[in-house]
Amino acid sequence: MSDTKFSKEHEWITLDGEVGTIGITKHATEMLGDIVFAELPEKGSNVEKDGTAGVVESTKAASDVYTPVSGEVVEINQSIVDDPSKINADPEGGAWFFKLKLKDKSELDTLMNKEEYDKFAKETSA
Amino acid sequence: MNIKKTALYELHKKHNAKFVEFAGYSMPIQYSEGIVKEHNITRNKSGIFDVSHMGQLFIKYSNDITDKLQEILPTDLKNLKINQSKYSFLMKENGGIYDDLIITRMKDKYMIILNAACKQNDLQIIKNKLKDQNLDMNNNLSLVAIQGPESKTILENVVSNVSKLKFMNGENYSFKNNEIFITRSGYTGEDGFEISLPNKVAVSFVEELISKGSTLIGLGARDTLRLEAGLCLYGHDINENTSPVEANLKWAISKNRINDNFIGSHQIKKQIEEGVSKLRVGIKPETRVIARESTKIFDERNNEIGKVTSGTFGPSVNASIAMGYISNSHSKTDTKVYLEVRGKKVPANVCELPFYKKSYVKGEANV
Repeated sequence: MSDTKFSKEHEWITLDGEVGTIGITKHATEMLGDIVFAELPEKGSNVEKDGTAGVVESTKAASDVYTPVSGEVVEINQSIVDDPSKINADPEGGAWFFKLKLKDKSELDTLMNKEEYDKFAKETSA
Repeated sequence: MNIKKTALYELHKKHNAKFVEFAGYSMPIQYSEGIVKEHNITRNKSGIFDVSHMGQLFIKYSNDITDKLQEILPTDLKNLKINQSKYSFLMKENGGIYDDLIITRMKDKYMIILNAACKQNDLQIIKNKLKDQNLDMNNNLSLVAIQGPESKTILENVVSNVSKLKFMNGENYSFKNNEIFITRSGYTGEDGFEISLPNKVAVSFVEELISKGSTLIGLGARDTLRLEAGLCLYGHDINENTSPVEANLKWAISKNRINDNFIGSHQIKKQIEEGVSKLRVGIKPETRVIARESTKIFDERNNEIGKVTSGTFGPSVNASIAMGYISNSHSKTDTKVYLEVRGKKVPANVCELPFYKKSYVKGEANV
């Protein structure tokens, strides 16, 4: 997953052509604890970089999910809504949140690579 | 103010606890297993809870102690048998609740277990009432709960003859030549025990329970367990402005005390006779959305009719669950209501409590 990019809000994105797949990082799930609820943006809706694009709730608290880039939601992962525990089990794989048709690929340049994110996550959680 | 630690703090640390400050104490919110697994371990096997932050107050009998305590508690203490416990309230003049508590009649004294966040205030109220300024909590004791279906067998392996205890009854036992007091009670909706024991043996006692197959459980799972069981959390579901009648806890007021005098009794009697305007009910959202504390409740015509006081996801019922106060006219089971969560109205239904059926054991004879 060397092409995966990361945001400071603990989302990840991988690009396949024009379409980006977005989810939350393993580090985020570890901070949240057991996730018991997930809400995703509507298919066909447009989301703006750093805007709210969903909610996850653990037994403890609710957290917004932000989108790291702007675009149109072309697909959502209903399976994590039906069984939110999948997010804890496979956050950076099968438990992706939504897919976006990117509006502006250059927005990806503002994001971190894996090494930068790992460092960021370690520093901010200390 | 220094943050306080219980005698089990180092043991929690050893078991990779994540700590949170609760009522001035550093307490484990969860261990490495996580809240949902800890919840399920308690429901299916056995879990250990450190509740040493709660206040343990002992009051030696003297001539008028029972009468004095009956002035502040709506419980019939005169007919309380030796070693029997009752759930009760420290009452406020307006009929509200200063604290909810468990009182046990021991052979030579009352034992009162108080909430950690309330215990200093409670102590002052009780001291003033009893005109005994020397009264103090026993800080040399820890309090440990073991809850869940396998707890009886596990505890029996550490302390003989505990299985004969009946629900809401206690007895003196011994552990490593120290006197300990065990009651069959709890806060999870499961069969279980609460053990009051000297701090110096708390670690070895809990280690023995772990070695016999029980597991340390944090405050996070304690909250999901008690909410599934429909049990109130003081400061959230009950407080100084909610009466036991409004809280649907009328059963905890002894029948022969309803016409008696105690602090707030005038208000309680009036509420029982004339009814209340709001009532604590169970609420089940139709989706998995969690309605947390302070979530507003609306009727079908968009009138605000109440507020959620506790809400979470219940792992054993696999659904979002909540409790709250709702206007009496909408408090009937199956009434459709709407919860405002993040600006959206989520359909929900008033339901009976508990969400999860209790499996309390009344004693060996009934097993």
